[in-house]
Amino acid sequence: MTRKKKRLYLLLLCGLGLGSATALTLTAFQDNLVFFRSPSDIAREAPAPDRAFRLGGLVESGSLTRSTEAGRPLARFVVTDGAAKVPVAFGGVLPDLFREGQGVVTLGKLGPDGVFMASEVLARHDETYMPPDVADALKRSGHWNPNQGAAPPASSWNTLQPGRGGG
Amino acid sequence: MIPELGHFALGLALALSLAMAGFGLVGAHRAEARLMGLAPPLAMGALLAVGMAFLCLVASFMVNDTTVSAVVANSHSLKPMLYKISGTWGNHEGSMLLWVLILALCAGAVAGFGRNLPSALQSRVLAVLGLIAAGFLAFILGTSDPFGRVWPPPMDGNGLNPILQDPGLAFHPPLLYLGYVGFAVTFAFAVAALIEGRVDAAWGRWVRPWALAAWSFLTLGIALGSWWAYYELGWGGYWFWDPVENASLLPWLAGCALLHSAIVVEKREALKTWTVFLALLAFALSLLGTFLVRSGVLNSVHAFASDPSRGVFILALLMLYVGGGFALFAWRAQAMAPTGVFAPVSREGALVLNNLLLCSVAAVVLVGTLYPMFADLVLGQKISVGPPFFNTATLPLAVPLVGAMAVGPFMPWKRARLWPALQKLWWVALMALAAALLCLALEGVRVGPALGFFAAAWLIFGAAADVAQRVGLFARPKAALGRALALPRAAWGGALAHGGLGVTILGLAGMGLAVDRLALLKPGESVELAGYEYRLEGVADAAGSNFAARRATVRVTRQGREVVTLHPEKRSFPLARMTTSEAAIHTTWLEDLYVVLGEEREGGVVLRIHDNPLAPWIWLGAGIMALGGGLSLSDRRTRVAAPAAKAAAKAAGTVRA
Repeated sequence: MTRKKKRLYLLLLCGLGLGSATALTLTAFQDNLVFFRSPSDIAREAPAPDRAFRLGGLVESGSLTRSTEAGRPLARFVVTDGAAKVPVAFGGVLPDLFREGQGVVTLGKLGPDGVFMASEVLARHDETYMPPDVADALKRSGHWNPNQGAAPPASSWNTLQPGRGGG
Repeated sequence: MIPELGHFALGLALALSLAMAGFGLVGAHRAEARLMGLAPPLAMGALLAVGMAFLCLVASFMVNDTTVSAVVANSHSLKPMLYKISGTWGNHEGSMLLWVLILALCAGAVAGFGRNLPSALQSRVLAVLGLIAAGFLAFILGTSDPFGRVWPPPMDGNGLNPILQDPGLAFHPPLLYLGYVGFAVTFAFAVAALIEGRVDAAWGRWVRPWALAAWSFLTLGIALGSWWAYYELGWGGYWFWDPVENASLLPWLAGCALLHSAIVVEKREALKTWTVFLALLAFALSLLGTFLVRSGVLNSVHAFASDPSRGVFILALLMLYVGGGFALFAWRAQAMAPTGVFAPVSREGALVLNNLLLCSVAAVVLVGTLYPMFADLVLGQKISVGPPFFNTATLPLAVPLVGAMAVGPFMPWKRARLWPALQKLWWVALMALAAALLCLALEGVRVGPALGFFAAAWLIFGAAADVAQRVGLFARPKAALGRALALPRAAWGGALAHGGLGVTILGLAGMGLAVDRLALLKPGESVELAGYEYRLEGVADAAGSNFAARRATVRVTRQGREVVTLHPEKRSFPLARMTTSEAAIHTTWLEDLYVVLGEEREGGVVLRIHDNPLAPWIWLGAGIMALGGGLSLSDRRTRVAAPAAKAAAKAAGTVRA
């Protein structure tokens, strides 16, 4: 085998590796990309029923109820971005930093009854923290104009009226 | 006074690093021995200065000097001493200082132990390290001064994030940084080789120990981080494909490829350009990791502060070093003609395959990590890429990688045939098959875990077969012991590292069989999981040095016999206004019993109980891998062969002159 031929083989092998990596990435992307949706997004356009996505917003004050169904604790709460709201059901231990009136990101699927069945609830930060996706959704729903200073205290957000909230 | 001294030492270190870079580069270019001779003492001086600055910061944290802003933001007088010290690098400023300290240590090691390096190579390597150190020192002094003062001083500090107050996490950053920064040395060697336009076997021999050391430390650092996530975050998982975790996995993958391809350079003088490329890539990915974690682009426990000016500065450094390195590569790589020739089926061929697959995995992980950021910036879409993506995309690449890992060591150099190598592995394949069948028989049709057990047995017994063949265990059993003792440590190290990955995969396969259960229990009630009975005895208040806790007592029995009493806790830290869950874990080495305390209501508590088979072996395997790396590092060849190579290089130099 000549050196040229060997180099060709090596290049072919590299191409094969790169090609398969690309193909794997693309197919995996197709099935596994998780989109972020705010309650307003869902109100505007219902997502596909079998597709998992991330729902983010504020936990509406006073909406949290806990019960036990079939031996499993079940938490129900409402996620809002001021303009729209989505009821959420979660069968698990809520994170330590989960609070009503605070930002939350949940991962799950929207059921046919319009209840979001969460498989994961993320609230990992301290109580002044606002998940960036949630902050962005709130900006879009007209609750906060970042040019006019910092975000108002999270606990008061869901009582504000769309359009005039956030100064 | 002490903070000012530290601040001054940092400035001094910056000047010394710049001098080291200037004298090193100019001296090597003009071949002036006197200029080149300045680089090692300057490296030592920079090390002293950075060490001084670091000690000053540690001292400020130890005495809780509340006039220093970094102390105020991250420490508190009531914190245990260990966390006061580890708090030094538990924040942005201190962790960058630690980064530079380790870089200075590496440069000091090159200066101290590298006396048998050709002096031009040594001073170029030191010069590049000096340039990198200068950039990061400027970053520290310019945007994240750890010695900034506050006036008037507050009564006390704000405390360290409670979930970071943990012994595992006290050592996680230093180990990880030793890995990241170790690749700075291989990067410096690669740049020096590109400037010289020459890569030979001796170069491979010098680079490999650094790649090995960096890789071993990175392995330990990643394992420690994963272990911490397992017991501290209380989610029962060990790896979440979080961007920050990926940021440390990427240089690990590239470094793993590098230390394998450096073998080919050392033994066969082939794959030179590729190895230089990998050395650049490993450090580029380390810097990318530093950028992702430090700039606040990502939101996680690691993102201490999102100050845009810092992000831009690190990005500029990243562009400068990585862009500079790759531009040099594009310009000079032609100069390094390959000399070694080999057939596709050979040890070299197997190592090429290893490199190819490792780099493909790295590419997939890189795309998955960066795509959400790209989509947000360019397409305006909010997307996240979770574990399912990484699992489906990397598994098809990991399968051939693991398959080839056991076969590769049986292939001779230059030219080999596949069939004889496979024939030596028939009993290994049989054992692996038995492991998979055992899993299927015990646990039912679970493809993932069965595949995992197959891979684990394939690697562990493959490593054993490798050693057995080298010592001639089957051919001449009597002489085997003597040959085992005479076997080079590098051979033991390689087999150990491969076996260690097998052990880790064993743990991963076991975790594939993990079960968990959520239950609302009142005191006296019990729940059953995986053959164990968990009985809640009660919940009581408990107090710690800087937190108050609710503490549950859970008695675990198996068929009426007492196993253990577990105490999961929920701690609330008044200073940080944070609550953390302290999982209670009991390990039998075959499985972990893992209990997390949830919320209290209706006179009962919610308990989340996990049964994690073989979980401890994940991190134990990583420890074995690192041990293998260390053993390989202690091989005589890495120490003894260097002077011989120097003599050869000198001879070559005189011939050329």
